[in-house]
Amino acid sequence: MREIIRLLRIVRPYYWWMLFAAFLGFATIGSGIGLLISSAYILAKAALHPSFQELQLGIAGVRLFGVARGVLRYIERLVSHNTTFKILSRLRVWFYKSVEPLAPARLLQYKSGDLLQRITGDIDTLENLYARVVAPPLTAVMISVLLWVFMGSFSITFSIVLFCFHAAAAAGIPFLTGYLNRGTASQISATQTELQTKTLDCIQGIGDLMLFNRLDEHVKTLHALKSRELKLQRKQALIQRSHESLTGLLMNAAVFALLWVLAPQVSTGAVNGVYTAVIIIAVMASFEAFLPLPDAVQHLEANATAGKRLFEIVDAQPAVTVPESPEPFPESHSIRFQNVSFSYPGTYSAALSNISFTVAEGEKIAIVGPSGAGKSTITSLLLRFWEPLQGSISIGDRNIDRLDPEAIRTNIGLVSQKTYLFGETIRKNLLLAKPDASDGELKDALKSAGLESFAARLDQWAGQHGMNLSGGERQRMAIARVLLQDTPVIILDEATANLDIITGKSVMQQLLKLRGKEQAKTLLVITHRLKDMAQFDRILVLDNGEIREQGSHHDLLKNGGLYASMWSLQHRISPPELINNS
Amino acid sequence: MNLDRRLLLLVKQYPLPFIASVVLGTLGGIMLIGQASLLSWIIDTIFLKNAGSQDILKLLGFFTLFSVLRAAFNWASESEANRGTLKIKQQLHDRLLEKISALGPHYTGSMQSGKLSVKILKGVESLDPYFSQYIPQLALSFLLPLAILIVVFPADTLSGLILLVTAPLIPLFMILIGKAAKKVTAKQWKTLSRMSGNFLDALQGLTTLKLFGKSRERAQSISEISEAFRHTTMKVLKVAFLSSLTLELVGTIGTAIIAVEIGLRLWAGDIAFQAAFFILLLTPDFYLPLRQLGIKFHAGMEGAGAADEIFNLLDKPEPGKQTDPAPSLVQRFSEKPILFDNVGFSYTGSIPYALKNIRCTIEPGCTTAITGPSGAGKTTFINMLLRFIEPQEGSIMFGNANLQNINRELWLQGVSWVPQHPYLFNATLRENLLLANRNASEDELMDAIEYSRLSPFIHSLPQGLDTPIGEQGARISGGEAQRLSLARAFIKDSPVLVLDEPTSHTDPVLEKELLDAMQRLIRGKTAVIVAHRLSTIKNADHILVFDKGRVVQSGTHLSLIEQKGFYRNALRTYQEDTAG
Repeated sequence: MREIIRLLRIVRPYYWWMLFAAFLGFATIGSGIGLLISSAYILAKAALHPSFQELQLGIAGVRLFGVARGVLRYIERLVSHNTTFKILSRLRVWFYKSVEPLAPARLLQYKSGDLLQRITGDIDTLENLYARVVAPPLTAVMISVLLWVFMGSFSITFSIVLFCFHAAAAAGIPFLTGYLNRGTASQISATQTELQTKTLDCIQGIGDLMLFNRLDEHVKTLHALKSRELKLQRKQALIQRSHESLTGLLMNAAVFALLWVLAPQVSTGAVNGVYTAVIIIAVMASFEAFLPLPDAVQHLEANATAGKRLFEIVDAQPAVTVPESPEPFPESHSIRFQNVSFSYPGTYSAALSNISFTVAEGEKIAIVGPSGAGKSTITSLLLRFWEPLQGSISIGDRNIDRLDPEAIRTNIGLVSQKTYLFGETIRKNLLLAKPDASDGELKDALKSAGLESFAARLDQWAGQHGMNLSGGERQRMAIARVLLQDTPVIILDEATANLDIITGKSVMQQLLKLRGKEQAKTLLVITHRLKDMAQFDRILVLDNGEIREQGSHHDLLKNGGLYASMWSLQHRISPPELINNS
Repeated sequence: MNLDRRLLLLVKQYPLPFIASVVLGTLGGIMLIGQASLLSWIIDTIFLKNAGSQDILKLLGFFTLFSVLRAAFNWASESEANRGTLKIKQQLHDRLLEKISALGPHYTGSMQSGKLSVKILKGVESLDPYFSQYIPQLALSFLLPLAILIVVFPADTLSGLILLVTAPLIPLFMILIGKAAKKVTAKQWKTLSRMSGNFLDALQGLTTLKLFGKSRERAQSISEISEAFRHTTMKVLKVAFLSSLTLELVGTIGTAIIAVEIGLRLWAGDIAFQAAFFILLLTPDFYLPLRQLGIKFHAGMEGAGAADEIFNLLDKPEPGKQTDPAPSLVQRFSEKPILFDNVGFSYTGSIPYALKNIRCTIEPGCTTAITGPSGAGKTTFINMLLRFIEPQEGSIMFGNANLQNINRELWLQGVSWVPQHPYLFNATLRENLLLANRNASEDELMDAIEYSRLSPFIHSLPQGLDTPIGEQGARISGGEAQRLSLARAFIKDSPVLVLDEPTSHTDPVLEKELLDAMQRLIRGKTAVIVAHRLSTIKNADHILVFDKGRVVQSGTHLSLIEQKGFYRNALRTYQEDTAG
């Protein structure tokens, strides 16, 4: 319930819209009641054969309400859909804005697409928030009040009797079915989750399952899980499907009770007999407003669960605090790590321990070491995705925690192993890096990145629903983007890992040659393939989160340390002496 | 066949629950008529005869009985429809699973169809409203109004005629407007999914947006896209909702006409109050089932979209089944060669060929290395050995027997597979390893872990072998997954091995460990390795060089470097690179 209130608070600007739509809903059902009341009134009056004029009122009512109901229903549907879309749009923006400061550090656990998809699914669930959760009770209350007043005009007893049955329909049935079905929904969703995981296992691991002769067994498990889900569904459905019948039964009970208290009043003349039919038909028609209530309870639960999951994500603390009034970005781009230590939350070992190094402006540095040595963590800290636990990082002698993270990122370009392309055209994907770039610039960048063939396909779609790009093509797109971005510092994190040898080499040569307006760009290259190492000014050798050695390629080979052994290991696997043999 | 007919065919397999649902629903309708009759009688008694509570007691008793019966019949009707629907869902789910297993890894292997299969299996659920609501309503929307007409005509012919004439207007309008709306809604669904996709896109690419300092301004574009969507959708809905307006109007105006018509005749003394009120009570319920048909039709159709994909999958042709028993197959693996005799295969069933005229022999107990550029047909070749696909041309002989006639399960008992990207199941590490052989002893398990150099990794986990992996559990790197796959192969200990040599994504130390483990695994066995590294290729007993779907060269390393051709050229490029 707390989640629902919080959600409603987010959509506060649309309260009036919601109220208006609910009022239209009330007017629609009210017209329906009006139509039947007028009809009953005509019949009752006519039975007494009065003058024709006395029927006029009823006939006017029938005409008015008959048309009004249809028209009001139409308007109500338009307004409530419009409100729903407004709410949905606001929720999307709200979620995006709340999650933006958390990326990427706090979203790491949601990395897999499926989880993100579940989030968007949750937001889509909230689509029902207004139409299925908020509107039905509002409308029901308004109808109940209307009937209360109408009945009260005859006798307060009628009002009280009807109120009891309305209350039972509004609260009793949802409570009863909710009680009978308690836990079923969560059991179903647990079974569904298990089924989903097992299905994924079966489909993606089908080769292994066949080889290990386990496919039949696995299929049987899936069958059993599905029947368990269906059994639970049946239990749920049997109870849920009783809503309409139960509401109908309550309506008839209300008719029964009112007839019981009405009959003596008519026979004593306290109530004019003409109104017998009118009162009874009004009672019957009023229950239309209560039909959607039991479902509203279910939607309430679904919305609360979805809301809860979203709030859990949104309520995380950002990994990095942004300074309120950031200092201007320094002129110099020299980088300095001083006694920096870091470990990822929930891990036991340090990703970086007590690292210190400097990179002068224009220097070309390679960072090498076995996987898990902490190479990429250096990037994440420098780009302010994470905050160091100890020590400090500075750019141009200014501590980066006093700079605007966005300014840091627009000054440091990154090409990483994973490149995300948006479901937009190639052009738009490139323009992200430089919004005012001309087509000529885009084509040049593509060419330099070894993607000449894309120059003619700027308007083709990439990403989802678009072209299927290979890992190498994606990586080259990222390189083209960094070339366009034209930052003074560039970090290449295994940037050529997915490229074939020849392309990789030529792209790397291009990048090494890059120059800014005044001087050469600073380049940090993270790699585990020790190739063309002599071209770097300095090499940092990382192992287990510590800098083991640093120096030039030749110095390091001479030292005979970790670097030298890595080098020889890599060249033993592809022994160089073969060259002479062939 | 058209979609509705195929869906109806499913109903025909389990007709009883649906028939019961319709019968019970009709009984509920009859109770409704009884109620209306009693109610008009009671009100007539109170109103015109000034009766007290005691006088209507008996009538109220019957009224209660009918009410309870009506509720019970309606509930039972829904329950039956639900029962039939669940049967259909279970059956579809089973059939889909059967189909997917028959199609095998060759079909599910591609990312797209793998994801699609998961989606299709889930899609079975979305058919629910079609069967549980639309199908019974189809019959009821005819039977209930008919029942009402049957009682209204004797009571008052003119009212009966009015109902009879106005009733067809509802389906008529529904069809007319429905056709126009259908196109619009289909378009609408596309934009809706596109918008939802756009939002997902922004979330997935959030890091990228941040890198370019564009993450904050994206919120604006999300809002703009949502607004644009709202505008176009509202335009569409203004038209689409006209249908409900018309249907609503037919119902209410029909009621209004009846009310005025019987009112005037009552006034003129042509009809009794009781009969008039009886007809008035039934009129809204006469139109209701017809209007509900429209609503339930839409609910059903929304889900029926999934049916297209379901039937597409079910219609896919299956590879033929092999039934020939070959009992002591596993023992014979170490004796007989596997011979590819003029084998051809194409994925689309037409040119270009993935494999063409393949002739080669895989000798028992030897290591055969397969090499060649990507797209040369190496994977297709491997898939044939693993029996994920069968040759379309030529045949594969195992000794004297045609491989296609050997039971696939039996064949695979003798084969292990270490793929490039092994799949790990959402289970514990131990369960993932024991998949290879449930009866493996603890010692065998430990040996396999040791041989594949998994122990340091397992020791680093607090729960060790019992750590769950996958989405909810520990994350496994590509290198670790490959070692797990190697360990499985050690545990299975089969005479034939099919391996993808690990590529260069791991670091040198790890790479060396993996290669050593692989060497240990293939010692003395029939091994087929898709090799990238010169050292592996060089050490193989036999090398097959693939290019453009053919075996262009074969022999040993020493014999191949003597020949002009692909192998020597590739070697030269490779060496130039390592030299630089």
